[in-house]
Amino acid sequence: MNLLPDLRIVLDELTERFGARIEHAHAPQPNELYLHTKLELVGALCSAFYKKYQGRLAGVFAEDARAERDVFFVYYLYALDAAHGFVFVRVPVPSDNPELPSLTNAIHAVNWQEREIQDLFGIKLLGHPNPRRCVLHDDWPEVYPLRKDFDLHTKLPPFTGARHRFREVEGEGVFQVPVGPVHAGIIEPGHFLFSVAGEPVLYLQLRMFYVHKGIEKLFESLPIPHCVRLAESISGDSSFAHATAFCHAIERVAEVEAPPRARALRTLCLELERLYNHVADIGAICTDVAFVTAHMHAMRLKEAVLRVNELLTGNRLLRGMPCLGGVRFDFEDDQMRAAAKLVDDFEKEFKDLVELIRSHSGTRDRLETTGVLKPEVTRNLGIVGIAGRASGFDHDLRRDFPHAFYDQVRFSVPIFTEGDVQRRMVVRREELFQSLGIIRQVLEKLPAGPIQTKIEEVPSDRVALGYVEGWRGEIFHWIHTAPGNRLARCKVKDPSLQNWPALSEAILGNIIPDFPVVNKSFNLSYSGTDR
Amino acid sequence: MFEVIGKSLKTGVVTTSYPLTPAEVSRHTRGKPEIDWANWKDARPAARVCPTGAIEFTDEERKRIATLDLGKCIFCGLCADADPAIHMSNQCELATRERAGLKLSAKYQLTSDGMHERLLENPAAGSAGGQSLEAVGQQLQARIRSMLGRSLHIRQVDAGSCNGCEVEIVALNSPIYDIERFGIHFVASPRHADMLLVTGPVTLNMELALRKTYEAMPAPRLVVAVGACGCSGGIFGLNYATVGGVDSVVPVDVYIPGCPPNPHALLHGILLAVNRWRGT
Repeated sequence: MNLLPDLRIVLDELTERFGARIEHAHAPQPNELYLHTKLELVGALCSAFYKKYQGRLAGVFAEDARAERDVFFVYYLYALDAAHGFVFVRVPVPSDNPELPSLTNAIHAVNWQEREIQDLFGIKLLGHPNPRRCVLHDDWPEVYPLRKDFDLHTKLPPFTGARHRFREVEGEGVFQVPVGPVHAGIIEPGHFLFSVAGEPVLYLQLRMFYVHKGIEKLFESLPIPHCVRLAESISGDSSFAHATAFCHAIERVAEVEAPPRARALRTLCLELERLYNHVADIGAICTDVAFVTAHMHAMRLKEAVLRVNELLTGNRLLRGMPCLGGVRFDFEDDQMRAAAKLVDDFEKEFKDLVELIRSHSGTRDRLETTGVLKPEVTRNLGIVGIAGRASGFDHDLRRDFPHAFYDQVRFSVPIFTEGDVQRRMVVRREELFQSLGIIRQVLEKLPAGPIQTKIEEVPSDRVALGYVEGWRGEIFHWIHTAPGNRLARCKVKDPSLQNWPALSEAILGNIIPDFPVVNKSFNLSYSGTDR
Repeated sequence: MFEVIGKSLKTGVVTTSYPLTPAEVSRHTRGKPEIDWANWKDARPAARVCPTGAIEFTDEERKRIATLDLGKCIFCGLCADADPAIHMSNQCELATRERAGLKLSAKYQLTSDGMHERLLENPAAGSAGGQSLEAVGQQLQARIRSMLGRSLHIRQVDAGSCNGCEVEIVALNSPIYDIERFGIHFVASPRHADMLLVTGPVTLNMELALRKTYEAMPAPRLVVAVGACGCSGGIFGLNYATVGGVDSVVPVDVYIPGCPPNPHALLHGILLAVNRWRGT
């Protein structure tokens, strides 16, 4: 078994401690270790990874293996950032009366993910503090869409079930303020229920999954090449990152690597995606504290990036560019020059914008100490990406798990500990300058050669994790292949899924008028969460 | 304060004059797929690689009806890679008032091995991709002039979108596209709105909210379906969690194809819708 040295140590120590109770270990890739064990070991292993190896429980998901093995499998994905490796713990759950002990009380990060398993597979959670429906809203009938005997095209009867009941917050002068799912701005749908006493927020309840559209089930019905296009539509502003994470997973299963030029172009596109989203967010944060002029300049810069995206890849959101084994389009000289010019123009204009925002003391007054996410809660909530880095969590897959071309370029990862809206904006600002540097380096070092490795048919019954640091944070696509170039399972993990609860933390004690800017400073994906 | 004004003066006017000038898209832009119907040898390879079923065919007694549905197309260009009779044009203004107007069908006599022997029926000329650009341009200019003194209020609803369409709709409020120059304004409440701009696919969890938002609007009201998913359900189609395109829930006045439609395409569709409204 070819395994990273640090993961080898972990494996040896665990084997020594648990002996034959770890029934099987295999590593399809040096940084991807699978441990097959039993349900009773879930707690002990979780504690070992979380405490001893400083791992993060980055994901929990299930798969229906009743046809082959008469069980459901539940996978726990631990990211060991320091060891640069991923460990999956796989446990069987019996198919008759399926039950799963909940880890949410110990690690809040898996709250929604565990409930998702309950909703989509009908595996009952034991000891979960709030085991109510989440993905399928309360009025849905008793169906388990990700079970293999549930047909994708099932037409459900009109819903007659009870509507959702929010938790009641009582007290003298306490009011409830419901918002959504249709919001006042041009944004995605979700429901927020604020409980307020006067202006300050006492409690915020989030109700998501309004745009659940069966994506993971859909992955199981499409031929693998079509799945790339589906992956582009998981979260529109992260089209390239999601599709690339998916392609990465397929490449790992097929044991091929995208050629160096393709990896460089992937990095280029990932950074362009980061560029347009970060600058748009910085502008939107300014608008939410009434500095609209800055927003207008930011939108101008965003448009410049989108137009270069279109010139490079034929689509403003970089769609159509990703493909299995590399990228679809190479760039001609004029396109290269346009990219280089964008970086120069953008840098100059963006410096102006930064100065403009800095000169506006009112903006800083509104953003500092607003919506604080304390560093001490980030690890337990599993907060990743921009929000994590603004609250002291020093991680970035581009550095810790280099993918695409990131091992060939120099960049730094900005970390702050204050955790307020200001710092989430500053993280974006600093990352933006790093992105410009990365794009310059890619353009300078761009290797010659092909842009695609052909992948004909993907071998069946293999598993792999594809990962990409998108602009919001880490994106995972875990796949299990089936015969006939299809997938038995594709688990999609957008960073938003576990970052949403951070919003409920960060808003506490803030006033409702600050909610839009706090929400915007996280700018989480609804569609990526709801899938 | 002076910095803010100074920066604005230095920047100058950045707003496009579209639609008085053509859409500013690059030559690499993937817009409407153009099929050389007369020389199309075989619809099967393109249909096989199409991820959304936008290119489909039905065979019956050595005859084939092959269809290109722009309402399902995500403009990935995989058909053009697979078939030399197809190329991707950069035409992006494709909105129509009728869903059927987005479908182009041709009929072929087949050879024994399923290839196209000859073209029996051409697709109706100019049916898909809206009216011919020129005609729309002239109509638009007349309408825009008459509309400038008016105001149109739009409420946007995401009924299941991936957020891609929203990225582009937001751009309409940017200084580049500046939709307010037409007296068009995005509003916070359906009660203030004349038009509902809806992205899809409509999910089961959003169906009720969409219906209620529509019902909250005062008549006369317009609905514009945005994007492949809004027009047809797109790559998600119909499944246990979705009910398909916007018109499966509320009546639609204009369909804007695209994945996502760019701001030019959105402006084109919105202005097209207003034109009709004035006519009734």
